[in-house]
Amino acid sequence: MLQHIIQLLPQVLVDGITLGFVYAVVAIGYTMVYGILELINFAHGDIFMTGAFIGSGFLFLFISLGLMSSLPALLVFLIVIILSAMITGGMGVAIERVAYRPLRKRNAPKLIALITSIGISFILEDLVRFIAEWKTGNYIVTAPSLFNHTFTIDIHSIMPFFNNAKFQSSFIVVLVVTIIMLIGLDLFVNKTKWGMAMRAVAQDRETASLMTINVNRVISVTFFVGSALGGATGVLFMLQYGTIDPYIGFILGIKAFTAAVLGGIGNIRGAMFGGLMLGLIEMFAAANLSTLTGGLFGSEYKDVFAFIILILVLIFKPEGLFGKATIEKV
Amino acid sequence: MVKEWFHKFSQSSRAQLFFIITYVLVTCLGLYLLEDSASAIFPFLLVLLSLLILYYMKINVKLKWAIGFIIIAVMIPLSASQGSNFQAFMDVGTLVLIYVAMSLGLNIVVGFAGLLDLGFIAFFAVGAYTYGIFGSKQANHFMPFGHYPLPGDTFWIFIFVGAIIAAIFGILLGIPVLRVRGDYLAIVTLGFGEIIRIVFNNMDHPINITNGSMGISQIQPPRIFGYPIDTPSEFYYVALFIFILVIYVVKHLENSKLGRSWKAVRDNEIAAQAMGIPLVKTKLAAFAIGASFSGMMGTVFAAKQMFVDATSFTYLESTMILVMVILGGMGSVPGVILGAAVVIILNNQVLTDLSNWMTSLSTAGILNVPDALSPSKMQRFIFGILLVVFALYRTQGLIPHKNKKVDAERLKREAAAEPPYGNSEAKTNLEGSDS
Repeated sequence: MLQHIIQLLPQVLVDGITLGFVYAVVAIGYTMVYGILELINFAHGDIFMTGAFIGSGFLFLFISLGLMSSLPALLVFLIVIILSAMITGGMGVAIERVAYRPLRKRNAPKLIALITSIGISFILEDLVRFIAEWKTGNYIVTAPSLFNHTFTIDIHSIMPFFNNAKFQSSFIVVLVVTIIMLIGLDLFVNKTKWGMAMRAVAQDRETASLMTINVNRVISVTFFVGSALGGATGVLFMLQYGTIDPYIGFILGIKAFTAAVLGGIGNIRGAMFGGLMLGLIEMFAAANLSTLTGGLFGSEYKDVFAFIILILVLIFKPEGLFGKATIEKV
Repeated sequence: MVKEWFHKFSQSSRAQLFFIITYVLVTCLGLYLLEDSASAIFPFLLVLLSLLILYYMKINVKLKWAIGFIIIAVMIPLSASQGSNFQAFMDVGTLVLIYVAMSLGLNIVVGFAGLLDLGFIAFFAVGAYTYGIFGSKQANHFMPFGHYPLPGDTFWIFIFVGAIIAAIFGILLGIPVLRVRGDYLAIVTLGFGEIIRIVFNNMDHPINITNGSMGISQIQPPRIFGYPIDTPSEFYYVALFIFILVIYVVKHLENSKLGRSWKAVRDNEIAAQAMGIPLVKTKLAAFAIGASFSGMMGTVFAAKQMFVDATSFTYLESTMILVMVILGGMGSVPGVILGAAVVIILNNQVLTDLSNWMTSLSTAGILNVPDALSPSKMQRFIFGILLVVFALYRTQGLIPHKNKKVDAERLKREAAAEPPYGNSEAKTNLEGSDS
């Protein structure tokens, strides 16, 4: 049994890291908004999904214009991902304006903001389904592939107890782009003026506004950055996994939120780590759950696994692995 | 002039009584006559509207309940019974009653106790599977004794078994969740709902308990005194029976000690605790009672559909019940009833009719509506809009909740009139503890 698990390990690592980086970037969107507004932005998963659809829409457009053959794939990819990120970022800002800001002004209870975010997520899902179904006749879209060269890591010849791991060239793209995004965000938050303003608002909104920080603008910037990252990750997801449908955002969103909670919500580096860890755990579970339990539970329980982690973390260590415990003041 | 006349009308209970009776009779006659035509939906909706009018009338409360009961239990089935759409109408009626009871259950959790539950459908699933497993051959797969399916007569017991098992699940969810606050709670309940659905969807191995994604079919119809209940019009009365039970319980709970402590916990947890409200017990009671309503209706649902599988218990369904509560008004019992009725009728009758109408328009070539826009597919969009609009512009819902008013003057007068025996008792108690 152990031998079997070890044999699969390289492939599990490759798949887990891919998924983990996707979770990490989406988790950042949750954690940034939560850090500032203390709101679970349910719509964030669907912004990720919209990004995937916008990206595939651009790819189809480029194909129909005949640009794909004349331009190198990497350039097409860069144009698509940047355009999609800008659009989803704008959407994030618009959603905050329409759905959350009026509530904030009114000082409405947090429950209400949560409910509007669920509503927005439903609206996005159905709008995307409608457009996709209208244009292609089916809401499940298979995206054109850009990077589908398959590599094999021949690890078996060096260490014979491992099986070989296979990956597509899109894996490298996902890896490189997400790492650039993560580092870029970390620099943005920790080194720039806007980043400092964001941290200040997250710490104490009222005092920050007294220090001449325009709180509403900082919140808008936060939504823009989070949503743009989410949308860009959607494009990466589409390239990596090929098939997308309007409901991928929901389950992936919850898992990304789990990752954010795991790392300590509001903590950006924690979210990166939590995402990576969750991706690895999930892929490990998917590959080995049936071996470990002797066939009692198959890989269909991997989602249950993620939810159980979420519930356990929330119950026993709600501040996450890297967060600080807060005391509620009366 | 009109205003004056209206004022006079609103003061005279006899005029109102006359009005409502005429209204109900006329609309029922309309339903009776139009039953077979495609526009039967309009008189049907008008008859239902009479219940809303009744709610706003200023007449004796007991009389109101009696008239409402007669309209629901006698007038609607009677006037719809002549046409070919009878069973379809009764089917919608049954669904309305099922979902009203469920949303009243969620209203206890969200509206009264302020705990946002996004996995409420799980309890419905528990109830449905409880009867589904034992009311079909499914239980033979794992039960060491007994012969299944159990006869339909046991359905009546299963209503309460379903309620109890759902309540146990509610408490099981509640215990860990109590440590979690606010919006974390929402996500934990969401996770719980998904876990229940995935587990039910995969429990065909190692032991075949739920028959996995194939679902459980051939569930026995309930029987009463040897007479099987298998048409929607008969299920309507089963659902009505449970509905009345639920209304009775909710009405009594709302202003009871428990109901008031729920509202206190909702408004300020820490202050409520300081006032001596046991937080754990109060929250668990909300989860258990809300879940039990859902479980009861789950058994009815399983018996009605004669088939259960995990696809009926998705996150969309949980949100649909939440929409009912938000639309009607959190914490308001009449509001939630209205909200549930509106959502179900919109979803199952109006949207389907609208889609059929649009398809007929596009086949006739008058208007070309893409199939993707067909209203019955736009459920999520409509629910989403409803959620956002109501949360932003009418947070208190269609019928906002009212706190029971206490007439302070009358209480003072009563206190002055009564002999102050309470005081002397307190004194004797004090003396007793001193000695």
